[in-house]
This record gives sequence, C-alpha cells and structure tokens, in this order.
Amino acid sequence: MNDSPDFDGLKCPIPLRDYPRITLGHGGGGQLSSELVEHLFLPAFHNPYLENLGDSAVLPIAGKRLAFSTDSFVVRPLFFPGGSIGDLAVNGTVNDLAMSGAKPLYLSAGFIIEEGFEIQQLVAICNQMSQAAKKAGISIVTGDTKVIEKGHGDGCFINTSGIGIIPDGINIGPANARPDDVILISGTIADHGMAIMSVREGLEFETTIESDSAALNSLVEYMLKVNTDIHVLRDPTRGGVASSLNEIATSSKVGIVLQELSIPVTPSVQSACEFLGMDPLHVANEGKLIAIVSSETAELLLEMMKKHPLGKDSAIIGTVTSDHSGRVVEKTAIGASRVVTPQIGEQLPRIC
Amino acid sequence: MKYLKEFRDGKKAKHIAEEIRQVTTQKWSIMEVCGGQTHSIIRNGIDQILPDDIELIHGPGCPVCVTPLHLIDKALAIASRDDVIFCSFGDMLRVPGSKQDLFSVRATGGDVRIVYSPLDALQLARKNPDKEIVFFGIGFETTAPANAMAIHLAHKQKISNFSVLVSHVLVPPAIEAIMSSPQNRVQAFLAAGHVCSVMGYWQYHPLSQKYRIPIVITGFEPLDILEGIRRAVIQLESGKAEVKNAYQRVVTEDGNQSAQKILEEIFDVTDRTWRGIGMIPRSGWKLREKYRKYDAEIRFSVQDIEACESELCKSGEVLQGIIKPVDCPAFGKKCTPRTPLGATMVSGEGACAAYYNYGRFNTVEEKE
Repeated sequence: MNDSPDFDGLKCPIPLRDYPRITLGHGGGGQLSSELVEHLFLPAFHNPYLENLGDSAVLPIAGKRLAFSTDSFVVRPLFFPGGSIGDLAVNGTVNDLAMSGAKPLYLSAGFIIEEGFEIQQLVAICNQMSQAAKKAGISIVTGDTKVIEKGHGDGCFINTSGIGIIPDGINIGPANARPDDVILISGTIADHGMAIMSVREGLEFETTIESDSAALNSLVEYMLKVNTDIHVLRDPTRGGVASSLNEIATSSKVGIVLQELSIPVTPSVQSACEFLGMDPLHVANEGKLIAIVSSETAELLLEMMKKHPLGKDSAIIGTVTSDHSGRVVEKTAIGASRVVTPQIGEQLPRIC
Repeated sequence: MKYLKEFRDGKKAKHIAEEIRQVTTQKWSIMEVCGGQTHSIIRNGIDQILPDDIELIHGPGCPVCVTPLHLIDKALAIASRDDVIFCSFGDMLRVPGSKQDLFSVRATGGDVRIVYSPLDALQLARKNPDKEIVFFGIGFETTAPANAMAIHLAHKQKISNFSVLVSHVLVPPAIEAIMSSPQNRVQAFLAAGHVCSVMGYWQYHPLSQKYRIPIVITGFEPLDILEGIRRAVIQLESGKAEVKNAYQRVVTEDGNQSAQKILEEIFDVTDRTWRGIGMIPRSGWKLREKYRKYDAEIRFSVQDIEACESELCKSGEVLQGIIKPVDCPAFGKKCTPRTPLGATMVSGEGACAAYYNYGRFNTVEEKE
C-alpha cells in the first residue's frame, strides 16, 4: 500500500505519515492540528509573518501595522444555546484580530451552502451576523457565495477574514510572556464547548449552559487604556485554555504554573465536564481571553477588567516561571501538581 | 450536580494523608482496581501526598484497555460496512486495532458515531429503519445494565435492526487472577466503587478470606480514595483482611437489585480474553441464547477474526501491576496518546495515558 502523500522537501514529515488521511482530530485545535501547521503549512508557505503563529498576522503597511486574520466556521448544530454560526463567524475573526491588540475594522464573509438549505435559516444566520457586526463596531465589506451539491456539505459553512489596525506602542504576541508575569482569564471557562456538546446528536443532555460567544474587541480596547504593556493576549477557542497556554509556553520559552482553585468554571459546566469525563481546560471558549502581564500591573488590570461587562468574572489563574520551559503545570486542589498537556485530537467523552 | 468540591478539599485531604502517615510502619502495595481511580490519583496528585512507603499499583479496571484486539478488529470490520451505523463510547474510537482505529474507518467513509448511552443507539435504530445499528457494548459491571436494558427494549419493541458487539468483563475474576499469579505484589485492593454500586460487595468476602487480603470499596474523588487507602493501611498494619465499604454514599452490600435482575435475564457468564492479560475463566458476560439474534458477531459473521498484539506493548504487565507505565521502553517514545501501541495509552482511564497526560515521565520536574 502506498498512499502516503509526497512530503519530500518539507520539514520532518514523519508525524504526518502516521495518518495517511485527515481525521477530525486534525481540525480539533490540539496536537494533531499543531502538527499540520508545523510540518505542512509552515514549510509550504514559509515567511516571517506566518511564522509568528499569532491569532492574526501583523503586516507593516504604509507606516501602520495591519492585523490580518481568517477563520472558518463549521459548527454543528448551526443554532445552539447562546448563539449561532452567524455570530460565531463574526466574533471569531474579530477576536483573532483583537488578540494582537488591533482595532478590528472590516470583515469579509464567504458562504459555502449545501443545495436544499432553507433560505429562512440563511436569513436567520445573516441577521445574527449583522447584529454581531454592529455590536462589535465593524463592517462586513465583501463576500462570496458557493453552493455545493446536496450531500457534499452539512448545511452551511462560513469563512470570515478581517483586518484591523494595531495602535502604536502596542506589542502583543505569543512569544512575549516573561518569567514572573501573571496570567489572567476574563471569565468562566468551557461554556461554549459544553453548550455545543449539550445539543450534539447522541449526546444531548439537559442543561442551561449557554455559549459565551462574544466580540472581545471592546474589552481589549478598554484593557489597553488601563495598561498598554500587555505581553500576551489569546482567545482560547478550540483546544481550550490548556492548548493556548501550552502554545504560549512553547513560543515564549517559559513555564506556566496554574492554580486549579483559581480557575473560574460555573457549577453547571463543571458538572457537565465531570459527567462526560472532560477537562474544562481542554474545552473551547468563544468569548474569553487570556492576558499575560507583569506582576506589578496585574492587580490593577484585574480590578478594571471586572468592571467591564465581558470581564466581570475575571480572575488571576497563574504565573509564568523560568522553570520547566514549554510546560504547563497545575497545582491541584489537594496541594499536589500535575502537568497540563494540550489536547491530542477530538475530545472524546469517556465510557464511564 | 452536588459534591463537586466537598470531596476535593485540600485541608481534609492533607489531614487524611497525615493519618495514613501516622499508622504506616512499613512498605505496603495497594492496587486500585478501577481506571477511573487511577485517573483521579494521577490527575489530582494523590500519590504525591502519601507517605513514601505506600505504593499504589494500577489495576486492570479500564474497560477500553482490556477489550481484546480481535474484538476491536471485529468492530472495525462491522463499522466499515455500508449498511451499518456503528455506535460507540467516545474513547473506543482511538483504540488501535491491528491496522487502524475507528476514527480511520470514519475518515474512509464508515458511519461511526459517538453516543453516551446504548439507549441513544437504540433511538438511532428507530430513526433509521433502513440501516443496521450496532452498539459497541464493552465495559465492566458498571456499563452492563444499560446495555442489557437496550437489548431488553429492542426485544420488547421488536426493533430488529439493532445489535450489540458484546465484550463485558467482570471484576471479581480479575482480582482472583491477579492474586493467584506468582508475580503478584498486591497486598490490598481498593475495589471499584461504581462496579459495586451495581453488584454490591457480597462477592468480595470469599476473595478476601481466601487470599487473606483487605478489600476496601472505594470512590473516585480525592477524599474517597485517600479514605479507601487509610482503611486498607489500618487493616494491613493490624493484620486484618476484611471487606470494608468506604463509599457508603453510593454502595450497599447488595447493590442495585433491579440492575442485577436485568443483567441475569440478558447475560450469561463466559470465559473472556483480556487484552494484555489473556484468557480468564468465567470473567465476562455474553448474550443468553434467547437474545443471540442481537449479537453483532453472529449477525455480521465476524466470529472468526483473530489478531496478534504488538510485541513492543507491555500493557499486560501494566494492567496486572507488574510494571509502571514509565518502565515500558516504548512509553513516551514509540507509544504516546497520539500514536498509541496499546489501549492503556488511549483511554482516559488507562494508566499509560494518565501518566503521559499528567506528565509523569521519569524526568518530570516537581517544582513550585
């Protein structure tokens, strides 16, 4: 059997060969996704802007720094408690831009729609995109529509790309965490992932958990008014807080220490995670950010974040250390410690 | 859900650990039977706060881990069929068969779905009368009642497009196999609390007496596990060998009578091969003759599929507590959760995965 793709010329292709075909895990935001990026996309497209691996590329244009980002949305079901693919498509790209400190300005929207899809649903999706855009203060200025044959898609997929301008004096990036910095989170974690899980076919369970889908640019703008020296910002979407912090630890060549008892999780999300055997640190968020700042400025920033509607449950969850570089360690509730690894592929509910 | 925090209290945990320290005068090896307990021990770092003299040996109670390779291959064969919707608990999807896993079957067009209960699979059977719905019915006494219920309902409601690939295994014969092994090092057992919630613990008295070994029915939260260890150590130190229940909020001596009744109706005791361990007599359940038409092995004629294990994988020795995951030469090198050689590296309850995921390498730093 020789259906291995030809990776000659690309860097260290070995891990990709373990999987001759794409599995769902390759899109899960965990280790398999990282391997695709590291071993395929980076060597194939290499350039200094891409290699930063931030949520958006930072491009010097006409004396300004432009943030540019793209994201595709394939969430199922299309409508879920607390949101829909429409507001997710806007908020997701707005957030990717905001995480570089940029003021998001313009978005594109590409629709890939399956033949037979109800127009009424598309109307509902566009209404929600429009509302989300208004709320985030951005405009959707260009777009594209493709229709694919019935059975070749799952209703409706959306891609959005966006641009924004990074104000002068802001230098935020995944490689900027320094030892003794403090890690903040802007609220409770794992809400979005568990809201989606609760309505997936075959896994439905009764709960009041709602997605936290929100555009974070107003929160970021507000935070930058208090503290222009924010080192890292990240919205922990797929792969959750664990994957984001592992990426930051690797990029910044530092270790991270989390305090289990400080991490905000609502009781209903905690229950659902226990029930399905999932770690909230691995579950997706769509309206939360991780901020890493110097220890001197952390308390004041926390106080201010709590005054913003999108940051009222903010908390300090850990610190950066020069020890165990590239690794995230959590101090557990009983005073022991464990290593927090990035999620591997798709999240799997356990058996019992 | 109640009791999310109560049984994880750091102060109380330290208090129990201190009590254990005070009564411990020599080295003791205690096996936690259930993979859920192993996961909790490593996840919370319970072993880190115990006295050095207490060694925890991780037992075979991970249903995903002990499901034999040939059964995974049978599942893969059935799941690859065009007329089948194959339903499984999530963590079975990444368990490697001889050549591939269920994820790969799905990537090549197989209809493989994650469900949380066999009753959801039965619902799929009602919704898809033109398809064969097969549920991968694995697990210990804990998951068996729901599988029995699904078959009972399918039979009652005459749902003919539903079948189950059955591979149930039982805890007491596994304890017996470990105790009668010449390599055995186990001096006390923490019995699996959830298995006992179904079956009770009356079956454990003869085992405890025969092998002169303390058995403590134990839960899964940090305080539950610490209390189980405390009661085991107290017995060991005083030369006692009794069955004690440290999980009284869930487990009774007789267990869940209605569950046992339906298990008795649907299943019959059979010999089972345990992945990594081998055949253990009368250690599993199969469908009774009356319900054989719901047996997916027969329905899809896959009884004859056989398979050989990777020679590199030492999961059998891990599952019997003979070696720790980190003692396997493949651990963390050829074998990782992403490229697992054996099921103990896949399941959240597998000892190898617990060690890997929570960073228990030989070189791991324990730093403030």
